[in-house]
Amino acid sequence: MSLTNGVFVLQGDLLIGTIDGLDLAQGQAQTIDLGGVTQLDTAGAWAVVTLERRLLAAGLSPQITGASASQTDLLAVVRANMPDATGAARARVTLADRLEQVGRGAVDVYREMLALIGFLGRVVATIFGLILHPSRIRWTAIVHHMQQTGLNAVPIVALMAFLIGVVLAFQGAAQLRQFGAEVFVVDLIAISILRELGILLTAIIVAGRSGSAFTAALGSMKMREEIDAMRTLGLDPIEVLVAPRVIALMLMLPVLGVIANFAGLFGGAIMSWIELGVSPGVFQSRLISNTDVWHLGVGLIKAPFFALIIGIVGCFEGMQVGGDAESLGRLTSTSVVLSIFLVITADAMFSIFFAIMGV
Amino acid sequence: MTDNAIISVRGLVTRFGKHTVHDGLDLDVQRGEIIGIVGGSGTGKSVLLRAVVGLLKPAEGQITVFGENVRDTSAEDYRRLRKRWGVMFQDGALFSSLSVQQNVEAPMREQLDLSDETRAALAAIKVRMVGLPENALHKMPSELSGGMRKRAGFARAIALDPEIVFLDEPTAGLDPIGAAAFDTLTAQLRSALGLTVFLVTHDLDSLHAICDRIAVLAEGRVLATGTMAQMQDVDHPWVQAYFKGPRARAALAQKEVV
Repeated sequence: MSLTNGVFVLQGDLLIGTIDGLDLAQGQAQTIDLGGVTQLDTAGAWAVVTLERRLLAAGLSPQITGASASQTDLLAVVRANMPDATGAARARVTLADRLEQVGRGAVDVYREMLALIGFLGRVVATIFGLILHPSRIRWTAIVHHMQQTGLNAVPIVALMAFLIGVVLAFQGAAQLRQFGAEVFVVDLIAISILRELGILLTAIIVAGRSGSAFTAALGSMKMREEIDAMRTLGLDPIEVLVAPRVIALMLMLPVLGVIANFAGLFGGAIMSWIELGVSPGVFQSRLISNTDVWHLGVGLIKAPFFALIIGIVGCFEGMQVGGDAESLGRLTSTSVVLSIFLVITADAMFSIFFAIMGV
Repeated sequence: MTDNAIISVRGLVTRFGKHTVHDGLDLDVQRGEIIGIVGGSGTGKSVLLRAVVGLLKPAEGQITVFGENVRDTSAEDYRRLRKRWGVMFQDGALFSSLSVQQNVEAPMREQLDLSDETRAALAAIKVRMVGLPENALHKMPSELSGGMRKRAGFARAIALDPEIVFLDEPTAGLDPIGAAAFDTLTAQLRSALGLTVFLVTHDLDSLHAICDRIAVLAEGRVLATGTMAQMQDVDHPWVQAYFKGPRARAALAQKEVV
């Protein structure tokens, strides 16, 4: 482009790929000559209209000459569709905004917790309703989810617990050997696995495995309006979708916990034998004579509560999914993080409770 | 067969497993026209569209767009070719994690090196051109109605001022007023931007209102091409049923009144 004798002369192709090099902010002219423009697209027309507007704003009355009929049409279309404000300036973030964000975040967390507790209440009420009317229980769905969340998780849970037993024996042996108290490794393994680690780590694995699967399944159903469709058919999604999942998990998590206990003790026994020479016979007799059965009880009592937390959080987050795919991903990860967090919190509260009760 | 055909399909054969969708299909699209592709369900209208834009490799046949072969083109040539057309899918196919503005800017961002202000201004013009209010710019696709999503999809399709726009069922699922507005919009943008429009549709009103030519797909090939009036004389049961059914008569009558 050039500016001669008060005429802007534009030449060549005015296309989306070429307009960025134009300097439209300089110069005064009464006429914009498009006679030499071979190709014009929306972006080129935008550049011309922007130039025209700038000249108008400067108090001039620019004329566009030399445009072909189709170019004139395109200029008219673009002129009619120019955005009103020239790029809304991005507001600066002030300290007050940040404070507001923190406040909003806190209120959101509070509201979500209330909603979660409300959801828990509805699910528990539904489950009691099902106990009173057993004919409405969906056995097929429960068995299906028992297989998905329970049976299919056995290999990973057993392997994890076995390795934890091995690690405990190994680490415990190194410390206890200093005092010549190798045989106490049996108590160490038995109490820590039966009371805490077996069930806690199982719950964490199940939260990652099944809690996320619940959220993803319910979330995609919500996205495709299947849940609304269910409601219009008179089916209660909590009864049909949530209750079977939660019940299946509450039945299977204690079983998985027992499996984890066995695998953990087995791993610990093997490592004690290799590392400390504690024979399986000695391990067994010491386990039976020194470990109170309540250690096992304390561990397993927690299992249904953990299962309830994982199931409720997984399903609740699934029901929160909106219309877009991104919220599904975000809520699935929220579901896992929140359920693991709540499981550990609950475990800590159980510990305090049992300590006070002296169990 | 003329030399200035912008899209030319010769002997196209597409198969899904044992099911043959197209069996020797020929089609020419002239520069600057709006061609309507009609056909019963499962006759491969959308499949044809996908084959032409290179999303699907046909089993046999030749497809040339702008005189270049789409099927056996290098990645570099295909990228250059792709800049010259825009596609609007059935439900807009907007990227759900991006706002409308970011969606419209996406092709510019990928293909060109523009300043942020230029890109934002151009996106705003395109969004206004398709008849969306300005406050729609910062909305997410999930906050839009079906009709607005289609319009936003159209805005993204014309973001780079393409020469051809492929529209897959643009008026399906819209109310009659919205559908008529979309037809007007298509015709307006065609004349403003000099577009060639490849329109897959079921909507008889659209065919009447804006299509220069209609191609009927049936039995795996193009059964007939011609104007709406010529379609009335095609001697084929499906074409007769389609263009002389009660809905077609209503659409025709409406046009004569107007």
